[in-house]
Amino acid sequence: MLQYAAIILFMIGLYGLLTQRHIIKIIIALNILEIGLNIFIITVGYYEGGIAPIFTSVNATNNLAFVDPLPQALVLTAIVIGVGTTALGLALARKIYAEYGTLNLDEMGEN
Amino acid sequence: MLNIIEIVLSVLLIGLAFIALNTQSLIKSVMLLSGISMLAVVAFVLLKAPDVAVTEAVIGSGLVTSLFVFTLLSFRKTGDVQ
Amino acid sequence: MKQFLAFIFVIVVGGMIILSLHNNTLFTEFGNNNPSDHYSDSYIDRDVTENNDDVIFGESENLESGPANIVTAIVADYRSFDTLGEITVLFISSLGVALLLGGKKKERMDLHYTPNFMLRIGSRALFGIILMTGVFMAVHGHLTPGGGFPGGTMIASSLLLLYLANDTFRTKVKRFKLLESFAGMAYVAIGLAGLLIGGYFLENFLPTGTIGTVFSAGIIPIIYVLIGLKVGSEITGIIDNFLTEEAL
Repeated sequence: MLQYAAIILFMIGLYGLLTQRHIIKIIIALNILEIGLNIFIITVGYYEGGIAPIFTSVNATNNLAFVDPLPQALVLTAIVIGVGTTALGLALARKIYAEYGTLNLDEMGEN
Repeated sequence: MLNIIEIVLSVLLIGLAFIALNTQSLIKSVMLLSGISMLAVVAFVLLKAPDVAVTEAVIGSGLVTSLFVFTLLSFRKTGDVQ
Repeated sequence: MKQFLAFIFVIVVGGMIILSLHNNTLFTEFGNNNPSDHYSDSYIDRDVTENNDDVIFGESENLESGPANIVTAIVADYRSFDTLGEITVLFISSLGVALLLGGKKKERMDLHYTPNFMLRIGSRALFGIILMTGVFMAVHGHLTPGGGFPGGTMIASSLLLLYLANDTFRTKVKRFKLLESFAGMAYVAIGLAGLLIGGYFLENFLPTGTIGTVFSAGIIPIIYVLIGLKVGSEITGIIDNFLTEEAL
């Protein structure tokens, strides 16, 4: 169920990316797409009845059913990269506003 | 039990994403994005990924939202945005 | 018309993803991905060769990779070179923000509210607590959930609180730049030391100790603290750039 929700979230983000005309809205759509993809990658590694991939004094041996740790490591770095791209996009939006006086893509070419 | 939580979570995620892209007010859109991040944290905890959940809670709901709000504040200084 | 085309395109892409989920052998069904069926098992057993010695918390010594948190073992040990590239990406984005928003005559943005007594005093008390939580997360990244990335971001969040509570507050950005360069260079230096001693870049040359204790896992806690410092100073620089504007 969560897997399909993640795919639909990705689709909503892609649709917003294609149709929105306001730059802040485009960055928000990009963020929604990214969250959907992150949830999808985590669901690929999920194991029914598995436990979180950390050795503790309760889950002490490697013969237990851990969930797949590799997708989690990939998503951990992807989230931090997402902050970098969002910050760069917002800085660009500020420069565009200072240059054109608007953030709407349709009004930009007119003056 | 887990199934009910999953279904509620999925419906909320999709609904909030839909409203966030269709609302006219920019600040509402940003706040709904923060809400989607919080729900994603719940999804990560359900999927047994505590590392990712901590990172998303700090970054997605706190830092990115504050960056968006600062950007909107800087626009409102020099002119009006819809 | 354009929106209709975009709608058709999105439906086609989503349909292709859902169809390919059900008709291949690479992806298992949701909830059936057992790591012991494929390569991820090696990360859990801490052994890329196939002899399966048991890993027991608090007893096993001198494993191939020491941390009790398996995700940390992948991020900071097996894929450490990948992480080095990733913090370079974050550095470049922070550099881009500084290029776009920085400049000569910059002033702190006026937030148009006067902080009251509770906010001023409460922010000073909370600042230390949040900072300590961030440092704890970075130091204990090999034992508990967390690590350098959320820890560094929490350090930056504590400074964001100071920015919000005081209208004229600014950090000494130059010192943060210095700290960032030091952390990045120390990461590469540790990697080169591993190349000299062990024969591979970022080879773990310290003894890994007993799994589950604080002083274990060799160079991994050192690397994670360095990542925390680097991420924290980079994000503080981004916040400072976002809260300044040209003097009128």
